[in-house]
Amino acid sequence: MNPAIATALTNPGAPMKVRGVQKRFGAFTALDNVSLDVAAGELVCLLGPSGCGKTTLLRCIAGLEKQDSGELYLGDRDVSQLAPQARDYGILFQSYALFPNLTVEANIAYGLAGSGRDEVRRRVGQMLELVGLSGSEKKYPGQLSGGQQQRVALARALAPAPSLLLLDEPMSALDARVREHLCTELRQLQRNLGITTLMVTHNQDEAMLMADRIAVMHNGRVEQYATPQDIYNRPATPFVAEFVGQGNWLPFQRSSASHARVGGMDVRLADGSVSGASGRLFCRPEAISVNPLVHEENLFPAKVREITFLGNRCRMSFELDQLPGHSLLAELAPEAMPRLGAQQIMVALPPRSLQVFA
Amino acid sequence: MSANIALPLPHKQARRVSGAEVGDRIFVLGGKLLLLLLLGVAVLLPLLAIFWRGFSSEAGQGGGWLAAKELVSSENFHWLLGNSLKVSLSVAAIVVPLAYLFAYALQRTLMPAKGLWRGISLLPLMAPSMLPGIALVYLFGNQGMLRGLLSDNIYGFWGIVLGEVIYTFPHALMILLSALSLADARLFDAASSMGASPAKAFRSITWPATRQAVFAAFCLVFTLTITDFGVPVVVGGDYQVLALEAYKAVVGQQQFGRGALIGMVLLLPALFSFGVDAWLRRRHGDSMSGRAQVFKPAPSKMRDACYLAIVVLISAALLLVFGMAVFSSLVKFWPYNLSLSLNHYQFNETAGGWLAYGNSLKMALGTALIGSVLIFTGAYLMEKTRSQRGLNLTLRMLSFIPMAVPGLVLGLGYVFFFNLSGNPLHVLYGTMTLLIVCTIAHYLTTAQMTATTALRQLDAEFEAAALSLKAPLYRHYLRVTVPICLPALLDIVRYLFVSAMTTVSAAIFLYSPDTILAAVAVLNMDDAGNVGGAAAMSTLILFTSAGVSLLLAWASRGLLRRSQAWRQTAPGH
Repeated sequence: MNPAIATALTNPGAPMKVRGVQKRFGAFTALDNVSLDVAAGELVCLLGPSGCGKTTLLRCIAGLEKQDSGELYLGDRDVSQLAPQARDYGILFQSYALFPNLTVEANIAYGLAGSGRDEVRRRVGQMLELVGLSGSEKKYPGQLSGGQQQRVALARALAPAPSLLLLDEPMSALDARVREHLCTELRQLQRNLGITTLMVTHNQDEAMLMADRIAVMHNGRVEQYATPQDIYNRPATPFVAEFVGQGNWLPFQRSSASHARVGGMDVRLADGSVSGASGRLFCRPEAISVNPLVHEENLFPAKVREITFLGNRCRMSFELDQLPGHSLLAELAPEAMPRLGAQQIMVALPPRSLQVFA
Repeated sequence: MSANIALPLPHKQARRVSGAEVGDRIFVLGGKLLLLLLLGVAVLLPLLAIFWRGFSSEAGQGGGWLAAKELVSSENFHWLLGNSLKVSLSVAAIVVPLAYLFAYALQRTLMPAKGLWRGISLLPLMAPSMLPGIALVYLFGNQGMLRGLLSDNIYGFWGIVLGEVIYTFPHALMILLSALSLADARLFDAASSMGASPAKAFRSITWPATRQAVFAAFCLVFTLTITDFGVPVVVGGDYQVLALEAYKAVVGQQQFGRGALIGMVLLLPALFSFGVDAWLRRRHGDSMSGRAQVFKPAPSKMRDACYLAIVVLISAALLLVFGMAVFSSLVKFWPYNLSLSLNHYQFNETAGGWLAYGNSLKMALGTALIGSVLIFTGAYLMEKTRSQRGLNLTLRMLSFIPMAVPGLVLGLGYVFFFNLSGNPLHVLYGTMTLLIVCTIAHYLTTAQMTATTALRQLDAEFEAAALSLKAPLYRHYLRVTVPICLPALLDIVRYLFVSAMTTVSAAIFLYSPDTILAAVAVLNMDDAGNVGGAAAMSTLILFTSAGVSLLLAWASRGLLRRSQAWRQTAPGH
């Protein structure tokens, strides 16, 4: 793709607002009072498992489903009740939905009806240059690779200069190998165009890689809406903690404001957000240090159960001596492996990395 | 936005959008309402009229509850019903195994010249049901060519059964062909790796996957036979059946009530088999997974030779029958002067003749062109628009009704509804318009299923993509949907044309002297003893249908070749 010419090609993105959108399919609540603000030029990912409502929300914004109640704003326009044609967005579908009987040129020009012929031709040329496919005008979609088809579909969506771009699982039809590359390219292009973008995905890596902010959805609700860093480091709910990345859960009984009992251990806590008498502690695998060289807090004896080599890192499952039958995960650099030596190890659970959930 | 880009001006775009919206409302909502109106008038009301007429006890009409009770308890009715059941069950019992073998040979063996056999097997679809009857008369009638082979003459039970076997064979074959076309090679590999013999593999894989189609074929043949009067009228002799009785009650004796009652009786097997089939289908579900691998039969000389023998025998029988019909139409004076002439094609003294043939062409063209546009567009609106769900469901249900209604019954319904004094649509009675409407309604469901299948293969997001690009739906329909589905559309045109050329069951009640059809003329000529003329007219219909089918197949192939660039590797298929 060619980001150099991108800046010249689109409308400035418009902010988008979703206000209390409700959608039911029979007895199933697909969207439960969802509100979301997307700033102009921002890329927001709707992330969640299948059935969480992310696609329904996208389709409501696109006008392909009608919400039962709630409002949608694009810029300063209330688009809640408008037909899809009147909403001013471009959309890239999972399947791309390129029209197979039309050439690449005709596909991109599809949304440009009403402009003069020369104008259309110039616009198509610009869009193809933008996505790096100049010279493919006369080809049919079926003669292009998956990645190229995606670019054509993107060019088609952007050609009428919409103020909002919707991406519906754009990467899932692609090979894993080209996926990351295209994610980066798409993100770069979006940033250069400055177009407000909403992307649906169930793939957290894609969301982390691309989004300014991520809205994690579950059971028709937005569980957390924050930057990727916050989502990962400070998950707001157990669901978010569980869904994004991997983690360990430890049941605890509180013994004082800053201490809790986990199994037979006394664990110091730094997180004072939840003050309940009992609950669960959450800890990322990479936050756990194994056989630390210097003394650390919350150091406990443990037994190694299994070590899996993953190339750039190792995953170790272990059991705390004072919490038997409870398998935990730690991730470490492969260099740390030889230090493990025996089955018996010491692990440190740093207080800062222990998050408290009720 | 920089100066070097020319984007549509805002106000221009707004106007374009609102224009598209209005156009789409007319296209979508208007289209559906029009369809609803047409289905109501062409399907629902005529059927309701049958019940109304059957149970109203107007004097001299033979209807009403009393008449119904009397009819059902009469000796004559039991005899007719018994005959009908005997004939229909025999035909189904003969046709389904034959068609299964034929279909199996075409789909699961490496037999040579499959296209040829397939073409021959479709012959009976190309002619009215009287043609096999007429050919049988020439073969085995009192002065038949092969009269000596039979101890009895052909008129009666066996004549009807033989004629119906030929007439219904391709119908059963098509169901079984499509059932046998679906096979997952992985299942057969698994079976043979576990040491299963071919017979065992058939019992455990092929048979369970196709037995539902066998049942469906059995029901279809049974229904077609019990409601057909084309064959019985030609070779039935004194052996009477219900369908013929309904025809005679309405056309001969003007006893509309009696006709309606028998029509209702004939509706029962169709409704029953339709219901059971739908139930089985739901229970059965979809047995083919998306990852199934195409089954390719292993070479086996012995097996192929056996199946080839069967297929050649059946094809030869069909060719004999149809060849006989063509030959007899060219013979000067059967059986005394066997020299060839075109005398029978003069049709001079009989009503109809070339007028009927011209009418049939008009009717078939009208049905094919109007019907395919209406049906395909209707299927598109039902499949691809998300608004008006209730209306979509109603339309879908209404368009499934004709599947369960035999042509004879539909025709009776049309008589009762459109011949009603006080009905403003009465002016249509006897016109070409009504014949076209009735024929479209009669063959609606199959055509619509073809359209729906083709439409469901398209990417479900095409419409959403078009809408996001601010393109009106009707433009998208014409520019993308129709070109992609053109082969299916041509198939619908062919089906409607051929059906309209050959149909007699519904049309027989609806024609006037000006709008007499070729297939009706066949019936009338045969009735008047002009069997040669009937054979000639049947032959004309046969060649017209076959010719148009070949033409459309050729056009379709040319089209596919021209669009090969995008069709072969089209995404989202």
